[in-house]
Amino acid sequence: MTLALILLVPLLAGLLMFVPGSWPRRGLLALTALTHLLLSALTLRDMLAGARPSALFGLLQPDMLGMVFLLLAATLFTAASFYAVGYLREEDKKHVKRDIQKGQLFTNAPETRFLSCLCFFVTAMTLVTTTANLGALWVGIELTTLASAPLIYFHRHQSSMEATWKYLMICSVGIALALLGNILMSVAFHNPAASSPEGMDQLSAFMEKARGIEGTDRVLWLKAAFIFLLVGYGTKMGLAPLHTWLPDAHSQAPSMVSGMLSGALLNCALLGILRGHQILRAAGLGDFSGKLLVFFGLLSMITAAVFIVGQGHYKRLLAYSSVEHMGILALAFGVGGGALFGGMLHAVCHSLTKCMLFLVAGNILTRYHSLSSYDVRGLRQDMPLSGALWTAGFLAIVGSPPFGLFVSEFTILKGIFANAGLSVAFIYLAALAVIFVGMSIPVLRMAQGTPPHDVPMDYHESLFSVLPPAALCLMVLGLGLCVPTWLTETLNRAAALLGA
Amino acid sequence: MSSLFQFVILLLLITDLIMLWSGRILMLIRLSAVQGALLAALLLLPVNGALDAEHVFLAAAVFALKGVGFPVFLRHVCHKLGIEPMVRPRLGRMYPMVAGLAGLAFSLWLEGRIPAVVDLFPPLLFPVALTTLFCGLILVVGCAKALAQVTGYLVVENGIFILGIPLMTEGSVWFELSILLDVFAAIFVMAIAINHINSAFDSIDVARFRNLRD
Repeated sequence: MTLALILLVPLLAGLLMFVPGSWPRRGLLALTALTHLLLSALTLRDMLAGARPSALFGLLQPDMLGMVFLLLAATLFTAASFYAVGYLREEDKKHVKRDIQKGQLFTNAPETRFLSCLCFFVTAMTLVTTTANLGALWVGIELTTLASAPLIYFHRHQSSMEATWKYLMICSVGIALALLGNILMSVAFHNPAASSPEGMDQLSAFMEKARGIEGTDRVLWLKAAFIFLLVGYGTKMGLAPLHTWLPDAHSQAPSMVSGMLSGALLNCALLGILRGHQILRAAGLGDFSGKLLVFFGLLSMITAAVFIVGQGHYKRLLAYSSVEHMGILALAFGVGGGALFGGMLHAVCHSLTKCMLFLVAGNILTRYHSLSSYDVRGLRQDMPLSGALWTAGFLAIVGSPPFGLFVSEFTILKGIFANAGLSVAFIYLAALAVIFVGMSIPVLRMAQGTPPHDVPMDYHESLFSVLPPAALCLMVLGLGLCVPTWLTETLNRAAALLGA
Repeated sequence: MSSLFQFVILLLLITDLIMLWSGRILMLIRLSAVQGALLAALLLLPVNGALDAEHVFLAAAVFALKGVGFPVFLRHVCHKLGIEPMVRPRLGRMYPMVAGLAGLAFSLWLEGRIPAVVDLFPPLLFPVALTTLFCGLILVVGCAKALAQVTGYLVVENGIFILGIPLMTEGSVWFELSILLDVFAAIFVMAIAINHINSAFDSIDVARFRNLRD
């Protein structure tokens, strides 16, 4: 029952948002997020105690891998919801809204639609993370695109329209290719003599069948299937060179949406690829899928490094940082061995940190009305809390101690040395070093110096704008100092599903 | 039955190639409707078994959505926005056609190279499915008009759908229906987006998208 509610609560909340009249929809959003988080935590507790929950006729059958991403999505949804309460209140106060880039007047999308789409977005991510059916996973990922596109177009101006269209077209076509991957996988396992279809737990059924086709000519179909899954879900995950929608969408969406796109949605697409990797490993093709993941991981890190150096747009800077971290994750899961635990920990820490940074970027944008890092100075004095969080977030995202990303990146490095060799380790370290320098220049320029005199003086940092990112920052800091036992066990069990 | 199946497959291939040559949006929409009807016909001509109720139901749903629903909706959007009828291909008309024929040649070559799965794919289905997919991608990339890109997306989906037809006996109908529902929602959201593009840019020409660059 708890498991079904995880899916149904945000779905019902999304529908309820359309009930006409003036009533506290923002309160319902926050309540939905808290309930979703609580239900996710209860399900994880049961699973750690040995339960194998199943709901909706087997449609939902989460494993530990999916639960990690579900818990992350629920945590970020909670942070984003509370942030949204303050954000939307500030939007109400603005009577004249001008596009920052072109200066044109614009209006916002109706709040009802925005809040309902946010709930539907979380519903789709919940489906993706809790289902063991590859078809349902595909449907869920396609739904995340459709639910999040209106969120990106909340501010109705030319730039956000451009970003929304690119996001819609590139991701829809990409996900269509992932469907082709699903079909090719079914072709690989096609057996006209089979007595019955796989049922809802397609993942286990495919892994079982995969063991039977090892060494046959069907592996060619399986390899082709993985390539399409990687290209399709990789587009949504932001792996280079398929990442072109990501900087545009992340930079144009409202900050809490950017945080959820980067911290939760990209993980869902990663999960789609990891499901394919699990099946290929069962067929004895782990080397093939692993090498592809390593290649695209390194390519993403190098691409991110190139675009981060000299990047003046601070939200695009964060977006390219997401491309980098998706590359690190692909690399970790491709390398395998000890890097798998590091990869799982990295997914957790990156999601929390990136969402926090986007929320703080939203505060900075509200204060300075500029997306250029050259226009923002003296954050330490002008916005003491957001400035401190911005600096802490920068240190965390580039993997400085004592934050959790330092631990995860170091664990991945150890795994690379053990399983992938020096050349991969060298590229990994070189990309990390370039990105560290590339990010430090604009971030520190923004934090230091004297605040400009021409910015409006009527800004104050509200609790809603500061507490959610501060809570996320504390979590990442805590994970750097000590990973709780329950989380270690969860991450270990998730990594074990990938071969650790 | 098998020769009729092959005939329908060939008709699909011809619609793909005409789409690449066509320079008018309304023609693209009409051809996507023809493709929808042909897909429904393919479902009613099962080559690997007897016709069952699930196939008939799915064929009716495919015809209703891809053969009638989407084209009528897209035509409505086209007329409502008063869109200029020409596609304005970015690459001219010759290059997309050459690319489509190259895709067909590649698909035929690939069919000869990959290990056959016994009794699964009827002749020509695999290369025509891949060619349809390639043609859809060429339309998405090669057309500057947002509505033509949506039609390209539909063609991509059609190509994948063709490849999935022989497997439909194995899966349950609910999955195919959820994919159709997903595509329906996607087309609906894209149409709304086109409406907004027209308001924001006074055109649905995506070549005007130049605001977001590094």
